Amino acid sequence: MYKINKKVCLNSTVTLMDIYAPLVAKKAEPGQFVILRVDDEGERIPLTIADYDREKGIITIIFQIVGATTEKLNQKNEGEYISDFAGPLGKATHTDGLKKVAVVGGGVGCAIAYPVAKKLHEQGTVVHSIVGFRTKDLIILEDEFRAASDKLLIMTDDGSYGEKGLVTNALKALIESGENYDEVIVIGPVIMMKFVCLLTKEYGIKTTVSMNPIMIDGTGMCGGCRLTVGGEVKFACVDGPDFDGHLVDFDEAMERSSMYKPFERHEYDKACNLFKAGEQNA
Amino acid sequence: MPNMSLKKNEMPLQEPSVRNKNFSEVALGYTEEQAIDEAKRCLNCKHKPCIAGCPVYINIPSFIDEVAKGNFEKAYKIIAESSSLPAVCGRVCPQETQCEQVCVRGVKGEPVAIGRLERFVADWYIKNHKSEVVKPVSNGHRIAVIGSGPAGLTCAGDLAKKGYDVTIFEALHLAGGVLVYGIPEFRLPKAIVKKEIDALKGLGVKLETNMVIGKVLSIDELFEEGFEAVFIGSGAGLPRFMNIKGENLKGVYSANEFLTRVNLMKAYKDDSNTPIQNAKRVAVVGGGNVAMDAARCAKRLGAEEVYIVYRRSEKELPARAEEVEHAKEEGIIFKMLTNPTEILPDKKKFVGGIKCVEMGLGEPDESGRRRPIVKPDSEFTLDVDCVIMAIGTSPNPLIKSTTKNLGTEKWGGIIADECGRTTREGVFAGGDAVTGAATVILAMGAGKAAASAIDEYITRKNGDNKNS
Repeated sequence: MYKINKKVCLNSTVTLMDIYAPLVAKKAEPGQFVILRVDDEGERIPLTIADYDREKGIITIIFQIVGATTEKLNQKNEGEYISDFAGPLGKATHTDGLKKVAVVGGGVGCAIAYPVAKKLHEQGTVVHSIVGFRTKDLIILEDEFRAASDKLLIMTDDGSYGEKGLVTNALKALIESGENYDEVIVIGPVIMMKFVCLLTKEYGIKTTVSMNPIMIDGTGMCGGCRLTVGGEVKFACVDGPDFDGHLVDFDEAMERSSMYKPFERHEYDKACNLFKAGEQNA
Repeated sequence: MPNMSLKKNEMPLQEPSVRNKNFSEVALGYTEEQAIDEAKRCLNCKHKPCIAGCPVYINIPSFIDEVAKGNFEKAYKIIAESSSLPAVCGRVCPQETQCEQVCVRGVKGEPVAIGRLERFVADWYIKNHKSEVVKPVSNGHRIAVIGSGPAGLTCAGDLAKKGYDVTIFEALHLAGGVLVYGIPEFRLPKAIVKKEIDALKGLGVKLETNMVIGKVLSIDELFEEGFEAVFIGSGAGLPRFMNIKGENLKGVYSANEFLTRVNLMKAYKDDSNTPIQNAKRVAVVGGGNVAMDAARCAKRLGAEEVYIVYRRSEKELPARAEEVEHAKEEGIIFKMLTNPTEILPDKKKFVGGIKCVEMGLGEPDESGRRRPIVKPDSEFTLDVDCVIMAIGTSPNPLIKSTTKNLGTEKWGGIIADECGRTTREGVFAGGDAVTGAATVILAMGAGKAAASAIDEYITRKNGDNKNS
């Protein structure tokens, strides 16, 4: 059992939790992920590590409530426990030798982009962060990004905060203004990663993406997380989750992640109804 | 007076048309009368070929003799001297290519039903035995076992009985390895696996789940933590694909993923949170036990038509004969001498069909089996909405890639001698991690051999002789 030391609602659908898992915290690096189960009957879901504190033995996770499992996880409170928490899994994001990097985050993907920006910043890399959200109320980790970036651009779809527009607009403007990046690291919805990669390809800038496909074991066993990278089949759990964004078949990845959409919606509604019924009975 | 019937006592089974809709165990097990009657078919012959046919050398004639006399507890003790998981082996061993293949009664008629008797004895013991397990006196030496599949469980059990302080590290949330994620409930009830694991805990074996060794801790760190030897039984978990077009379409599963969703994650239960495709027509590619398991699970989940697609002929099917027979009875359609060439998409990028060619058999290849050759102009399409690839697995690279000086074969297998000794001192390995995908009993044999090698190693290293 793994204790929830802290729980913070970052916005209406995104929650942060600090989980006490000292062995995982000892090894965790930005870009790696964990697999967790909320309770004994639960599904195994992968969540990328948002932060870690080796001394306190803490792993921070930030998740969006999208399905039955994340809904159940969100029902847990500080001081309560979750059944299983395995990691750190996958390969760490490659940061060695980078002098100047644009870190691009979209939505809840910013939770994964943040530890990468932080590590780069701590090792002396110049970090330009571009984070995009639909609207002001959904913005997360603003202060954290500001502290870890030499330049921070916040983009909203509706212009309710920062600049109006997409992250690609901001990135393009920076590149056009003469900023020379060794690498662009982009984490967010698959569609966003696809368009950032199309842009950076034009300019010939190496781009790393973090893939988050459907996964069960996280150790290479099920092959459910497979994707095509440079014409070869790769497993996100052991070969990734980071890949060269110019080689990833994003369209296939989007298709594959939609495999269980109808089922997830059904389970989510079921879980919500259960909680509602529980509240009424309480 | 031996029972000279040429046929085995038949195993009571659930009716095929009933069982292909449920996940309860197919084979119901012998009654005491049936077991005694079957045991009397053993001639107790002088040269006992069955013992050499068993990878863990169970004293088969001796336990069968006790069954014939009705001494079931004694029979169990004899099996337990050699096997840590009799209730499992009685169910999943390929007896027809091992002990039963060499049984003298098989020369004329059917061999003695050794597997069914083993299962009977193990089940009888689980049901009737009440006395507490005696925890052996600890010798203070700590051993780490990586993986809780058949190899790891056997190795841990044997070492614990010798007094070692054993900790098993399991990557998943539940112990049992392939016994829980792979082999389905209807062939091996999970309650039985749990009992076997509880028995190990009773011997003092510690179990740590959610521990992906190679990631959370390396083998070097296990030594730093005070473990004196490490056994790697991490299995062959990496699924292979055919590398044909369409393999990444929605509705194409590796057998590992499909079986894990069904077995470990309980997708077959109505109240499960685990999604699984509601497939109507399923093609399972491959001919081993895993292929049979996947096909029979698909049928039970409600598929109307389930095909086994295999490129050689029925004679070469690597699955246990009984599984093939049961699968056929349950309505699985066998497409032999058939090889997929492409998986076709439907409009929504789900599986829309599988393109295949017919095969003929040519000269024997390096495996001794006749090489399949494509028949010209034989292409046809099977109309399916789900494809399950059950064409084998490779050893998991997580440990190999994080352990210095651990020699591995090109294809990923850990190099180990017949006692499980790897190229690194104090590190032993066995089971599928060494051999590539094989059987439960071979993994158990390897776990057993490694346990004695570890005992020898620790004894020698500490310069004391526990037997003196």
